[in-house]
Amino acid sequence: MLTLQCPYCGVDAEETELTAGGEAHLKRETVGASDDDFEGYLFMRENPKGLHFERWRHSYGCGKWFLAARDTNTLEVFGTYPAQSKEPPKDLRDKISAKRPGWSWREFK
Amino acid sequence: MSTRLASGGRLLNRGRALEFQFNGKRLMGYEGDTLASALLANDQMMVGRSFKYHRPRGVVASGAEEPNALVNLGKGGKFEPNQRTTTTELFDGLYATSQNHWPTLEFDIGAINALFARFLPAGFYYKTFMTPRPFWKHIYEPFIRQSAGLGKAPKDRDADTYEHFYFYADVVVIGGGVAGLQAALEAGKAGARVLVMEQTADWGGRAVVDGVEIAGKPADDWVKGVVQALEKMENVTLRTRCMGAGVYDHGYILGYERLTDHDPVLQGPRHRLWRIRAKQTITATGAIERPLSFAGNDLPGVLLAGAVRDYLVNWGVSVGDRTVVVTNNDDAYRTAIALVDAGLSVPAIIDARPEGAGALGAVAKAKGIRVEEGKAIAKVKGKTRVTGVALCLQAGEGAVIDEIACDCVAMSGGWSPVVHLWSHCGGKLKWDDAQAMFRPDPARAPTGADGEGFVLTAGTSSGELGTTAALADATAAGRAAAKAAGLKPKTGKAPVANDVDETPMAAVWLMPQGAGAELKMKAWLDYQNDVKVSDVQLAAREGFESVEHTKRYTTLGMATDQGKLSNINGLAILSQSLNQAIPQTGTTTFRPPYTPISMGAIGGSARDELFQPIRKTPMHGWHVENGADFEPVGHWRRPYSFPRKGEGLHDAVNREIVNTRTNVGLLDASTLGKLIVKGPDAGRFLDMLYTNMMSNLAIGKCRYGLMCTENGFLTDDGVVARIDEDTWLCHTTTGGADRIHAWMEDWLQCEWWDWKVYVANVTEQYAQVAVVGPKARQLLEKLGGMDVSKETLPFMQWADGTLGGFPVRVYRISFSGELSYEIAVAASHGRAFWDRLLKDGEEFGIMPYGTEGLHVMRAEKGFIMIGDETDGTVIPQDLGLGWAISKKKDDYLGKRAQERSHMADPERWKLVGLETLDGSVIPDGAYAVGEGHNANGQRLTQGRVTSTYYSPTLKRGIAMGLVHRGPERMGEIIEFPKVDGTSVKARIADQVFYDKAGEKQDV
Ligand SMILES: [Zn+2]
Repeated sequence: MLTLQCPYCGVDAEETELTAGGEAHLKRETVGASDDDFEGYLFMRENPKGLHFERWRHSYGCGKWFLAARDTNTLEVFGTYPAQSKEPPKDLRDKISAKRPGWSWREFK
Repeated sequence: MSTRLASGGRLLNRGRALEFQFNGKRLMGYEGDTLASALLANDQMMVGRSFKYHRPRGVVASGAEEPNALVNLGKGGKFEPNQRTTTTELFDGLYATSQNHWPTLEFDIGAINALFARFLPAGFYYKTFMTPRPFWKHIYEPFIRQSAGLGKAPKDRDADTYEHFYFYADVVVIGGGVAGLQAALEAGKAGARVLVMEQTADWGGRAVVDGVEIAGKPADDWVKGVVQALEKMENVTLRTRCMGAGVYDHGYILGYERLTDHDPVLQGPRHRLWRIRAKQTITATGAIERPLSFAGNDLPGVLLAGAVRDYLVNWGVSVGDRTVVVTNNDDAYRTAIALVDAGLSVPAIIDARPEGAGALGAVAKAKGIRVEEGKAIAKVKGKTRVTGVALCLQAGEGAVIDEIACDCVAMSGGWSPVVHLWSHCGGKLKWDDAQAMFRPDPARAPTGADGEGFVLTAGTSSGELGTTAALADATAAGRAAAKAAGLKPKTGKAPVANDVDETPMAAVWLMPQGAGAELKMKAWLDYQNDVKVSDVQLAAREGFESVEHTKRYTTLGMATDQGKLSNINGLAILSQSLNQAIPQTGTTTFRPPYTPISMGAIGGSARDELFQPIRKTPMHGWHVENGADFEPVGHWRRPYSFPRKGEGLHDAVNREIVNTRTNVGLLDASTLGKLIVKGPDAGRFLDMLYTNMMSNLAIGKCRYGLMCTENGFLTDDGVVARIDEDTWLCHTTTGGADRIHAWMEDWLQCEWWDWKVYVANVTEQYAQVAVVGPKARQLLEKLGGMDVSKETLPFMQWADGTLGGFPVRVYRISFSGELSYEIAVAASHGRAFWDRLLKDGEEFGIMPYGTEGLHVMRAEKGFIMIGDETDGTVIPQDLGLGWAISKKKDDYLGKRAQERSHMADPERWKLVGLETLDGSVIPDGAYAVGEGHNANGQRLTQGRVTSTYYSPTLKRGIAMGLVHRGPERMGEIIEFPKVDGTSVKARIADQVFYDKAGEKQDV
């Protein structure tokens, strides 16, 4: 029963108000993509014990999708940010660096 | 003989006697009794039988850890199995029966299992009953079902009510012993919002039983003082009969309050589930005494030493006239001393430690108690209850030195902190060699959202067994929790107790240490599941090294007590067998709830009509009044058919279809999803969502569309109408409205967030009625108000207007193949419009039809149904829907996936019609068999039925199915085996069975 702060409405939302949406920052592959790239988009996912970036929707609240950086093991939440982000914002990356020096996740670090 | 003493019993109200029944016997107890103490007071030593061998079992503990004394409680709607007698407070009229026996508790056929104990070793479920295979179904399983099982499932619906309660706290304290109270006091004084939960009815825990003095006062007085102080604090909430059930992510805590169990005459909910968010949680859950593993340690009359003391002090019950105490630590001496002080006989204290006890040993000896140091119990004597013990050397193999007659054995193998709640959310443990216990490692606490620990332990549950140390630990915990919650704790000294010096305990995992096979086969670890020392050793010999595997193989700790007594002893035996240290073996996982909680409490008020609110259309009332036979569709209830008096359901469906095809039918289509998609980029957006083109749909026109997932699989379908330049109305399936709405939001918010599109789900804003049949137009013309002619409103167009004075939007779309108008009116007009259609339609022979009629008619037309023809693995191309896939578009969701090799494979199963040769109906879900067999010897399949119905129009069975290369095999005959062993042959045909040219709908 996590609580995550919705970056849109500011509510500390209970997990029961939220819908999990899997991994964040997936790049959509489509017509013209190689089989490997398309397979990666459809099926290949990170499965970290530790830092992870996820999609969540405040379904039983404002209805907005947002992204969250958290540790799947310690349950520490580093921050949430709008779904309209191509990458984790700088201040969040700095905050993670302070707690998890040398972290990396997919192409981000 | 177990009996009630003439005086004593600090929890008893001897002024109020209570009558209760056990196995039909009328017995007496007092207010303040538990069922266990009342049974013992009536010399009811045997209270049940064990799970596997049906061995006679008696009460062994006095609290939540009790593994044996479980009973069926109550009758009818109040019946509940597996209720712990030790945590069941006695009330007048309590009705209990024992379980796991047949025919009677005293004479049990299943006890014969015990004779076969040699043949029912660890893992016997996995080994013994594997072969021959038919034996499982006809011999082994019925035998196990008859003999095994913990209690019986209730048959009647639960007569009680339950509720949930939400609570927010700075500090939750779980456990109302002296440590919990002290921690709460410190947090409360700091101004924290505190909730204290105590699982029993009384405050104080063990200290009040053991006669400890705190701050110069008897513990009882000290506890009363602290509780009074806490009651005065407005920021503190106190709850007894409320168990901390679980600790979950980010400080979510579940409390389980039992409101009326102790007195069912009380009104109101029986249980209350507290759903709590706490900044900090303190577990002050105490410790549980461990049994010792010696032969016969499961006989009725062998109890934990602390429990014997509890029954004496709290309830004035003497479990036996002559009690032998056996121990590996000093604490059990308190039991011996208390018994002697109460005038009872303690023939011996058997202490496994060669050096014996400290100060308490001297007290015991001074009272004339025989103390046997370095000794052990070789075996307990007696058949259904203890009659004596055989004494031996702990260091030896069990050669009997002496026999001591007794009727009770009080054992103590040391104490294990209750670390369950600490561990639920990831708190780690460390092994304390000196006290032979796992204790919480404060450096590795469960962490919350901020990455900091949110659980603290206090007192004995930290591993601090002395009262002074426990109080100091609790003081620190209370202050630390308040501080972590952002408050300023007070300073000052922690209260001090009158502890005596104790000699360290000795780890004794088997008694005597060299016990041979015969003894180990009688030394129980898990009482409820009948797991013995020999079973765990066997598992180790058979290669089970992981404690989690051993647990499942032997079932150690898997009973309803979740191994509260057995786990550490079992771990130790396993570690010895594997020749490794206990921490290397590790523990099994502690999972919530701490003890079982009622299903009713979990459900709370979410039962019956509140369990899942039913969605009803505006015409629902009419359907009910007119005898509709409903079926669930999503959260909706839709009429399946409207059978008339004396008419069978099948006949009703056929009547409705025939009438619709010959006169006019009426369908409540309000449940269809209706999504308005609006904005400058709406057309572009819909082109991405649908496989076909929607941006070029002319205003005023309708188009059937398909939606796929990114995997290419068909996920929804429906008719799209272009309303104006930048507005489309998308119909979805009944079950799909919310899902497709969310799907659109996901793409708009997360992928194409710069596209200017807005989506609104207006499903419930409109009632929608399909007026279907050759006389549909005549009916609408009678209502009047707008031109519904073919010329003005042709097939696949829509128009706004009025009909019979109702503002309407009329869609010329058809799911039946007939002339059809789907008419949307404001939801508030729905019922009136429906009534009007029925009234005006009388002269045309109008009849409503239900979902089954809808299904049959669409199948007669070969239209697909999401969920019938699709199952999440079907692409539009499989269904011959290539015509609905745009070749012009560069992209749509699912397009790339449909290019993947397996999707483009010509070997796929594809949709065809199926005509049975004998005209019968193929059973739903039937598979067509092909040539040859698979590796399991099963016939290979080549297709399956997706929709199958009796067509009253064609007066024969019709079906659609997915068949290997189906469309290329028109006219071929394939065979569908039936459950009864016969099979039905069907010819592959065009899936459109009725009006192939589509002339009837386009008139
Ligand atoms: Zn929100």
